[in-house]
Parts: sequence; structure tokens; C-alpha cells
Amino acid sequence: MTTTDKAPDKVDTDLVTLTIDGVQVSVPKDTLVIRAAEQVGVQIPRFCDHPLLDPVGACRQCLVDIPDAGNGRGFPKPQASCTLPVAEGMVVNTQATSEVADKAQQGVMEFLLINHPLDCPVCDKGGECPLQNQAMSNGRGESRFAENGGVKRTFPKPINISAQVLLDRERCVLCARCTRFSEQVAGDPFIALAERGALQQVAIYEREPYESYFSGNAIQICPVGALTSADYRFRSRPFDLVSTPSVAEHDACGAAIRVDHRRGKVMRRLAGNEPEINEEWISDKDRFAFRYAQVEDRITYPQIREDGELRPASWTEAFAVAARGLRDAGAGAVLTGGRLTAEDAYAYAKFARVSLGTNDIDFRARPHSAEEASFLASRVALSGEVTYADLEAAPVVVLLGLEPEDEAATIFLRLRKAARNGRTQVVSVAPWSSRGLKKMKGRLVPAAPGAEVEVIGSLADAEHGVSKDAVILVGERLAATHGALSAAADLAARTGARLAWVPRRAGDRGAVEAGALPNLLPGGRPVGEASARVDVAAAWGVGSLPAKAGRDGNAIVAALAKGDLGGLVVGGVDPDDTVDPAAFRTALDAARFVVSLELRATDVTAAADVVLPVAPVTDKAGTFVTWDGRAREFPAVFSNPASLPDLRVLAGIADELAALGHGSSLGFRTVAEARAEMQSLGPWDGERPTLDAGKAPKPPKAGKAGSFALATWKQLIDLGSMQDGEAHLRATARPPVVRLNRAAYESVFGLLDDTEPGGARLAQVTGDRGSITLPVVVADLPDGVVWVPARSFGRGVLAELASPGSTVTVKGASR
Amino acid sequence: MTLDTKTWDELREIAARYPEARSGLLPMLHLVQSVEGRVTPEGIEACAEVLGISAAEVNGVATFYTMYKRKPVGDYHVGVCTNTLCAVMGGDLIFERLKDHLDVGNDETTPEEEGRRSITLEHIECNAACDYAPVMMVNWEFMDNQTPESAVQVVDDLRAGNEVHSTRGPRLCTWREAERVLAGFPDDRADEGPAAGEPSLVGLKIARERGWTAGGTYGSRASDEGESK
Amino acid sequence: MADTLTPVLTDNWDVERSWTLASYEERGGYAALDTAFAMAPDDVINAVKESGLRGRGGAGFPTGMKWGFIPQDNPKPKYLVVNADESEPGTCKDTPLMLASPHTLVEGVIISSYAIRANTAFIYVRGEILHVIRRLQRAVQEAYLAGHLGKNIHGSGFDLDLIVHAGAGAYICGEETALLEGLEGRRGQPRLRPPFPAVAGLYASPTVINNVESIASVPSIIANGAAWFAGMGTEKSNGYGIFSLSGHVTRPGQYEAPLGITLRELIDLAGGMREGHELKFWTPGGSSTPLLTPEHLDVPLDFESVGAAGSMLGTRALQLFDETTCVVRAVLRWTEFYKHESCGKCTPCREGTWWLTQTLAKLEKGEGSESDLDLLLDQCDNILGRSFCALGDGATSPISSSIQHFRDEYLAHLSHGGCPFDPAASTAFAPAGATA
Repeated sequence: MTTTDKAPDKVDTDLVTLTIDGVQVSVPKDTLVIRAAEQVGVQIPRFCDHPLLDPVGACRQCLVDIPDAGNGRGFPKPQASCTLPVAEGMVVNTQATSEVADKAQQGVMEFLLINHPLDCPVCDKGGECPLQNQAMSNGRGESRFAENGGVKRTFPKPINISAQVLLDRERCVLCARCTRFSEQVAGDPFIALAERGALQQVAIYEREPYESYFSGNAIQICPVGALTSADYRFRSRPFDLVSTPSVAEHDACGAAIRVDHRRGKVMRRLAGNEPEINEEWISDKDRFAFRYAQVEDRITYPQIREDGELRPASWTEAFAVAARGLRDAGAGAVLTGGRLTAEDAYAYAKFARVSLGTNDIDFRARPHSAEEASFLASRVALSGEVTYADLEAAPVVVLLGLEPEDEAATIFLRLRKAARNGRTQVVSVAPWSSRGLKKMKGRLVPAAPGAEVEVIGSLADAEHGVSKDAVILVGERLAATHGALSAAADLAARTGARLAWVPRRAGDRGAVEAGALPNLLPGGRPVGEASARVDVAAAWGVGSLPAKAGRDGNAIVAALAKGDLGGLVVGGVDPDDTVDPAAFRTALDAARFVVSLELRATDVTAAADVVLPVAPVTDKAGTFVTWDGRAREFPAVFSNPASLPDLRVLAGIADELAALGHGSSLGFRTVAEARAEMQSLGPWDGERPTLDAGKAPKPPKAGKAGSFALATWKQLIDLGSMQDGEAHLRATARPPVVRLNRAAYESVFGLLDDTEPGGARLAQVTGDRGSITLPVVVADLPDGVVWVPARSFGRGVLAELASPGSTVTVKGASR
Repeated sequence: MTLDTKTWDELREIAARYPEARSGLLPMLHLVQSVEGRVTPEGIEACAEVLGISAAEVNGVATFYTMYKRKPVGDYHVGVCTNTLCAVMGGDLIFERLKDHLDVGNDETTPEEEGRRSITLEHIECNAACDYAPVMMVNWEFMDNQTPESAVQVVDDLRAGNEVHSTRGPRLCTWREAERVLAGFPDDRADEGPAAGEPSLVGLKIARERGWTAGGTYGSRASDEGESK
Repeated sequence: MADTLTPVLTDNWDVERSWTLASYEERGGYAALDTAFAMAPDDVINAVKESGLRGRGGAGFPTGMKWGFIPQDNPKPKYLVVNADESEPGTCKDTPLMLASPHTLVEGVIISSYAIRANTAFIYVRGEILHVIRRLQRAVQEAYLAGHLGKNIHGSGFDLDLIVHAGAGAYICGEETALLEGLEGRRGQPRLRPPFPAVAGLYASPTVINNVESIASVPSIIANGAAWFAGMGTEKSNGYGIFSLSGHVTRPGQYEAPLGITLRELIDLAGGMREGHELKFWTPGGSSTPLLTPEHLDVPLDFESVGAAGSMLGTRALQLFDETTCVVRAVLRWTEFYKHESCGKCTPCREGTWWLTQTLAKLEKGEGSESDLDLLLDQCDNILGRSFCALGDGATSPISSSIQHFRDEYLAHLSHGGCPFDPAASTAFAPAGATA
């Protein structure tokens, strides 16, 4: 049901024909010989070469003989095939046909091994080690170095270069893949080569650990066992693992991952190779955060509340109790988080309409607005104007309320790549120049919270280069400022630039497509369109669908508190993510009947009348729809009959409700059945609704003199519950700080001492929900703005400080 | 301990000499040594801060070049060339003698003593003075044509605080003062010492004696009469 | 036919305070600058091409041709970088030149920058020659004050800034791309080529990197004409050069002569080998050039002839060793040098030098066996031409050539159970007539 078929753009390329080991092959010009050889089935051994890193020619393992460089003359000495581009008429003889090349490779391999510990039996890389494998295929059996009593270079065994990454310098072959990755791809040169000659080694600076959001990639591309993770070290052998391809569930990017598991347990996750999406890189969160599904508070059986206490129940009983409760509670509503698969979101959307007879459903368990719902219906649903490749091709990419390094890491890497190639200028409307923005060589257009509308309006000026070739990426945070989404849509309309919405969570876009919104039915069908309702009702085999536009999340919470709503089905919502956590908790208490579908015990399950465990992503197949409208299907990693996807649980309740005379059954019980129904329903082909910004809310009270507008977003690695159980990962998080501009800092703390390290002083920030105290650093914020990370302390900004954009005060605090 | 404001200013001044600031890193590290007596963590962090690069990158550079020292260097740095030619010509014996005399090993410093200057001893590679072999360097000033005895005399004088002159250069300054010159802050000694030592002039002397020239109007003294400039 | 010795660069070294601007100008210094400014930049390049000047830093690449590679249609700034990182063992010509007459180099820099249209130039000078650096700093300061540097030099409209940049101890920075890395504040590890520095060098801009002696030769070529320069030397190795004699010779030092002079002539001029001793082996151009023996005394010291003799002219760093010298000790020490100076980037050089020193050290102690010589040669074969840059190649030169010429001496260490030489006998302060 989503959106566009993504065929890679066809590119015309000049072909060059050469002969490799006697076989003629034509490859695009500028292809390196080492990759041209792969085309004829010859694997030239290599260590430093990596297709996504700049060629370096350091390890010399890939030497080949070039009797003719294409000009009739050969190279007198073997050449590194990883740095040599093909030429018309070139003749290449690899180790397969040339004794010179073979001896050169054997010679290099022998050199590489003289200082290698050969501790394969205790090395994590053993069994999947390029050095081990290529030493077998391209090396000599005996070591002349050892035979002659050679003395190896030794180092103390592994050292932690971050809480997560360990370095064993003895094993390192100095290919510099890790340092090049960190510098070139991630932009985090916190590891660098140090010393020189045979003592050269990868090193951090002693006071600056290798804390990069992407450090795990360096481990993955290490061609030996020099880099290992604290997480996986000594945990299993590659040949004991079963691998299942999957899609990362931590953001809306759809990064390909590989889940390696053993006896029903995930042992590690690796980056998959998906050139159109994440290439070969994933964030450390995508790699290391998976134990949340294995922690102690995981719910494993249904429970029902009896005499105020939850007690275990059978599925049958739980379904029946849930159905009766919802029937008796009066009008009901559905709130889901943004973590659902598209199939599960579809089930909730259908359950709300068919079983509860309402459009009161919203997946936006975060600050949201009516304008946003209209924006999603008019500009986002079914759209697919922008791809990852477009980000690299666009002359300008505008970021509105989006901090890609924290909120969409795969986009960040693609934009950094684009900026590094000098093709793309990133322009960010944000309160300050983040590290991520600097790494994308981006330009800041500063905007205080609430001032975005005006700033976005100014972007059409020529100086920003926003033209029809530009791409505008809109983050979900932009919804917090009334009019900003409309301004973004208007900017796109005026300039012809393409626009895409980038939510934070993996299920958000799928939920839009599935109709988990008060104003949208599945397939982008507007609730307000009678023909759309008829369309869906016919497909679902029901007489009609509720015509009244539903309440959004804010309204549902308010209506529960007021008693206008009585029943509530909650799927995967953390109250502390919602716009007003206290109000959400009050609503839970006020609701007459609450059904909670959850993975783990939460404040919602604690308040629920029926608690139904649902399957984590490993236990079910599903689809995440990415920000660019791709349907990323993934299979179940484990087959666990006790672990039910949300859609199966909802189907059970729907059946019981139908038996009670409410609605009908959902018509599917499996992911495959749901998917088939979604596909057969297909997308809405009618007109898109127009974007209606709606009434402006009351402007926030002007702050007292000396107060600040609160800016915030979630850092990639924080206290989010899906990172629970990952101590090593969390230890690499950026420490939470308060950010102020220099003038504000000096008004609070006195003159800034430039030689004093940042974060030496503490600031207390106070809002209408509480106070927090964190180290303070100076950044290029507009006057009157303070920034804090949203979920990096306690229960986070929303629960403990104030709502984003509202007014807070700042004062100095002592340690 | 952090660097003083003057040093921060001078670090920025060095970076500003170049079209791209990072080019200043090598002289900046020389400046750090002149202030701190070695490359300290504070110095590394200051360079990283001024240049906007990571401390790991600065560390990678600081550990690559051998003139940057991680242990404190004494008042004087004495380097004995033990590359092949100097070694053969006596450098090995000079180095052995100094180790023995100063009671230190390679890359070690004599202990601080009241009233005596400290010396860091190191064997060094070819210092481009092979025609003066065996060569010793004090704070990277030439001490040409050494013998074990002359070398001992030099270090004794240095330790005692006596004025010592380079055989082809000025009065010796301290190692830290020398590092400051390397950072691009000249001292006042450029005009001290000779233009050249004897071996630099042997060929010229023979040419003069025999009236050999290159001809031409430029650069050759024998043709001075004919030139109009 | 030119004279046997042809002092040009060395000619003012015996002048009182020769390093000062006053002294240099008194002898006509900075006049060639006006000659150059009267020419079109391309004509300056042509003059240098016609002179046949070849790089004096060892490789002998034609200087004018190098300048011609600079793409003048490239909008980026052009840079001239002087390689004053003189570090090749045995090489000691640029250092006395810059000490005695820094203005010769500065004038050469200005003319060369004018030719290639660079407005910023650098002298990358090794950090370990402090007084040379002082003299360069002073010379540049004087040149600015005198209007030879800065804006609108001599009213020509040409601007030039010259920055003296002190290195920090790395032989590898003599390699031109490693030098650029050092000048950019990075680890001195050679860069991949292409792109060549002429296209993307310093700051990824078109860059010429020339040796001190090459640049210092330019004013004389401009002043005296290309034909004057080309009239000296041999057919393909034109001009004069400084020959640096060191070691067991009576008068070691600098001898400036047309290319093509022989070592026999030079030793003659230098008063012969030291009294009572005879030449055993020598390097024609530093330790990276294969060793030669007395049988090569009459090889003309030009690029072609030394090449034909199995070595390289290199930097004309003639290190002479007499019969008191143990060749195995000499080679081991050089090998340790290459191990110490290997930058670590590529496997063959980094690991190979690590292993070579171990094999050689054992042999020097009389341990091991004759087969170790074959092992050494095989290691050399796996390094030579397999390394990233020429440092690895250079490391193999002394080993391969010494085994070729002195295999028996290696074997003598094995039969003797150690080194048969007395190291004291080879010293400069050994009693006269001491023997091994």
C-alpha cells in the first residue's frame, strides 16, 4: 500500500574494457582494478581496501602484475590494485595467473604475520577473519620469521578505547580502516594513528575516548580481531550463529541489519549492506540496543485486574475480559506509540473503526497538533518524493526541526557523505550549531522555539539556494510550533523543492499509511471523504465507518480525564514521551477501562485493567515504512508461538467484541493475512486533502525578564527504554548538558573563562513541571533560548521540566 | 595546570600565519615544548582547541615526529649522531662515553641537582653535517668533529653553567629557548657564529687557489671584475 | 670545457657575514630577480627547462618540466614549497648553503614562485638545524624589509609571502608528499599519487616542491643564461652540483663541480683517503643509493652513469669508508635507521625493516647461517617495489648491494663468531695507522 517503487536512477556510464587473467571485461571507467577483478570472479586479497572509504594503498596486500597499463607499456613493479583505476586495453595478471603477483602477495602476507600474535583460537574474529582466511588462501604455511627466532612486537592486551570498544594492538594490521571510517564517514576522528614505523598504532587521546555514535562500524570493518565490542567479546563463535536479515527498529531510516542469534537469543547485530539506504553503516543504537526484549520486566503472559491486583490469565479469558470491559466502559479510544510495524498499526486502525466504532486513534505519543494531522494527511501520506540518493544529489538540503545525527542517523551519514563530496549544502533551521551540523558542513539559520515560521518564510531568499532541486526535510518536532508545518509546505510549493517528513520512530510513517490517525483511514484515505469511507467499509465488509473526525492524542487524554471517553486501548506508549506526562497518567486513572498491549511492565500496565503481552520485533515479521516511503519488510528472527504480534491480540479482542455485538472480527490473525489485506486495499487515488493549519493556539505567556524559551530534542543514545540493558552503549552517550549562549552564560555565571573546560559549572533550569541541574556549556543559541537534551536525565524534559517551547528560568547551581 | 594567556595567544598567532590553520600544528607543538618542557596533555588539548581538530589527531602528530618529547627534557638536549658514518667515525664511542659519564641511558635526563644544569642524552640520526663527523648536537646546534674527550668537556661545561658556543653557531641557549625559535619566534642570535666551517669551504678554497670558476656573471667571484651589477 | 670545480652556490661562503642581506646584495644578489621580472613567467620556466636543471634532491626530475606541469588554468592558488628537510644519511649540502647564504635560496624562491605564479611559498626546513633556521628567519625578515618579499616586489606587481616552517624530526618528510602532510600539520605519511602535487598538492592546490639546491640554482641560471648552465656537466646531466665528501678522506667537505666529475678526481682534490688507508666502499648519493666499491672510482658522477653502474646519483652524498670499516655493521646501522624512520603506513616497509634488522643483527653477531643471506635478499625482493614510497626501496639498497659486493665479509662474521673488526680503528680519532 505504500507509495513508490524505488528503482535506482539509471546512470549512463562510459565503459572501459580490459583483460584480467586472460578474461576480457568491461567496467565503468574509474573502476579500481581490485573491483574489476571481482567481475571476472577473481578475489584479490586486501585489508585496507574498502569500497566506501577513500583508497589508501597502505597494506599492499592486493599487488598485481600489470604487463600493459593500456598504453603498451607495463609497470616494472607490481601495483596495488586497490588504488589503480582501469584503463582501456590494460592487462592485469593477478595471483591467479602471475607468479610475480603471487609472490608479492605472499611476501606482504608474510610481513603482516610476523608481528601478528596468531591467537586465532581465542580471538573473536576467528572463523570470520579476513586475515585468517587470506593467510590460508594467499600465504605460506610456515613462518620464516618464527623459524629464525624473530622477536615479535608486543603490546599490553586489549585496552578500552571507549566503554564499548576494545583495541588489541597486537592484532592490528594498521590498515587504517577504522581511523578512516571515523574521520571520513562518521566525522568523529577520536581514533587516529599514533607513533610510527612498526610501533604505529591506533590510538585515542588519553582524555578523549572513542565516543562516536557509529563506533560499531569500525569494529565490523576491522579485517582482524583488533577491535571488539565489550558487548559481544568472547560471547560466541561465528560458526555457532544463525543470521537473519532484518530492519533496524530504532528510527525511521530503515537501516538493514543482520541479526545473529544462537539458541533463541540475539547475540549481536551487524550492519547489513543496503546501498540505497544505509550502505554498510548503522548507528551504535541500531547495533547494540537489542536487549530491551530480554530484560527482567518483560511481560510473558496475559494479566487481568482483579480486586485491584493484576493476576495471570489465559489468552481466552483476557480477550473476553478486555472485550467486556471495553463494551461496558462506553466510548473508547486507541493510543499507540510510534514503534508499531505497519501491519500492527493497521490492526489498531481497523480495530478502532470496526470494533470500537470510532476515529479516536492517534499514534503520536509525543507533542503534536491538529495542524500536523492535516499536514500528514495532505503532504505525507502516500508521498515518496525524496530518496536517500536524492539527498546526495540535491544542491541544498534544508533541515527543519530535525537533528539527523540524533534523530535519523542514516540520513546524517548520507548528508555528511554528500557534504564531504562537496555537492550538497545543508541548511538547518535550529536553535544552535550542533556537532552533527558541523560534520555535515551545514549552515545554521538560527531559530528560537516559536520563531520557526518567520525563519522558514525567509528561506526562499536566494542566499539559501532553496530552488526546485532542493530537498526539505521536516522533523516531527516542527509540529510544536503552530504554523511551521504550513510554512514548510508553503516553502516547498513556492520554490518547487521536494519535501519529506522525517519522524523519529520506526513505526511513525507506517502508522500514517495505516490510518492510525483521527483524520486518516488506511491508504491515505481522508476520514472526511465519504467516498473514502465507503471504499474502506466495502473492503472491510462492514456497513459503514464512523464519519465524525476523531480526537487526536491530546483530545483523547482530555476527554478521558473529563469522562467523555471511558475505554482506552494503549499499545506501546511511554507516558513520559507524551506532551503532558502528568495529564496522561491522570487520564489513565480516570479511564473506566484500560487495555494495555505491551512488551514490558510500564506505568500503563500498572494502571491497566487488562495487560496483554506482545511480541518484540524479533518474534514477528513486519514492515517498517521509512521516512522516504519505502516499505521495509522483515521476517521473524525467532519462531515463538507464545509471542503474539499486536495484530493477533487485537484480533482476539475484536472477535470477543463481535460476539458481544460490537463490530466484526478483524478478518486476519497473522501478519501475512494483514499484509495481504493492506495490499488489496491499496492506496487512495482521490484528491489529497488540503493543508489546514487551523486556529492558532493562545500564544504562550510572555516569559518574565531573564527567562528562556526551552529548546530540546532527544539525543541518539539516551535513557529511552529500548536502550535498557545496554550498559556499555549507554556509557558512550553524550553527557547531558544545558546549553546557553555566551551572553546568557555570562549573565548567570559572570565572565566566561576561555581556558576553562566546558561543563565546569552547573546550571539549574526550572520550568512549570520541575527543576533539573546539569553542567552548562556555551553554544551559539539565540538570545533567550536554553537547550537541554530531552531524555538524558531522570524521566526527561516533558515529565520533569516543561513542555518544549515554554518558558523556563536558569540560575547557577553548586556541585 | 593550564597554559597561560600569552601562550594561547601565540598558538593562535602561529595558526594565523598559514593559509590553513592546521599547518601551524608542528610549530605550535614546538611552542608547547618551549613553554612546558615537553608535549603535555594541556598542550595537546590547546592545539586541538585552537585548530578545531580532535586531540587524538594532535596526539597522532605529536607522537610521529621525534623532536616532540613526552618526558620532560633537561636544560640541554645532547644528541650524538650514531647513524652509520658518524658511528663509524666515532659517534658510537662518544655516545657510550657520555652515557657512562652522565650515568644515563638513551633518552634519559640527568637528575635535577642544585647548581647544575640537567642534560637529556639521546642518540640521533644523520643531522646533515657528515663532513664534520663525528657530530654531536646540543639543542640542535652543531658541535662538529667531536671526540669522546671533547664531548665530555661540552657536557661538563653545560652542567656547570659555563658559556658554551656551537662550533658553527652561537652561544648555546637552553632547549626551551631553542624550541621557541623553532616555533617561529626568532631570538637574537642569527648573526652569531661563522658563515661556514672549514669543511664547507674546502672545495671553494681549492678553486680559489687554482683560479677555477664557473664563468658567468653571477655568483662567481673570479668574474667580479667583469660584472656590472 | 668547464673548470674542475665551479663554485657558484658555494662561492660566497667565505665572505664575511655572507648570510646577511648586505653581503649578498654587495655581490649582486637580488639582481637576477629584476632579470626575471623583465621576463614573462613562462619564459622563466622555459629558461629553466633549457638549462637542463634536474632536481638536486636525489630523483633528478627536470625542474622546468615540473614547473610546466602546474595547470595555470586551475583557479586555486599555486604554491612553491622548498624541500629543506635534508635528512638522507650522508647528505649535507643544503644545510651549509642555507647557513652561509640563505639569501641565495630566498632569491631563488622568489624567481621560482614568479615563474609558477605562486603568491605563497614555504621553506620546509628540518627542525634539527636550529642555526640554519635562525639564518633563514633572519633572511626572510631582511628580504621583506628590503622589498624583495611582500607586495609588489621591486615594482613588478608580483606579491609573495614566504614562510619558514620548521619540521620536527621525520626523515620521511623528505618525500615530497609526506612533506606536504607535515606542512599541513599532519603525520608525515606519503600520499597516494595521482593526484600529483602539481595538480593537487598543498591544500589540494597546484604545488611545486623543489630541493633547496635546485631552487638556489635558479638565480644563477636566470642571471647567466640557460646556455651557461647547460654548458656545464654531461649530456643529460647539466650544470654544477655540490658534492659532499664525508668519512675516511683527508679533507671531507663540500666540492661544487660540474656533474660528471669522478670520485677519483674528488678524492684527489680532497687530499686522498686518510693516510695509510684505502677506499673500501662508498655511497654515491646517500644511504639509499646502492653501495659502490673502488672499481667504480672512475664512474662519472652524473645521473646516467651512476645508474648504469647499478646505483643512483642521489644527492651526491659521497660517504667514503676505508678498509677499517665493517660493512655489516654499516649496513645494520643504516637498516636500523630505516626501521626508525619508516612511517608505518605500508606493510612491506614497516614490517620488513622490523624483520631485516633482526636478521642483520644476528648476522653481525656471528649467529645464523649462510642461508640467512638468501633470506635477506628475499625479504629485500619483497620490499623493493612493493612499498608505498621509496623509503622501503632505499632500505633494501645497502643490504642488496653489500651482499653483492661483500658476501664474504658476511660469511666471515659467521666463521669468526662475531664482527672481526675493531670499531676503534675506524674512528676519526684513532691513532694514525691503526688497522682493523
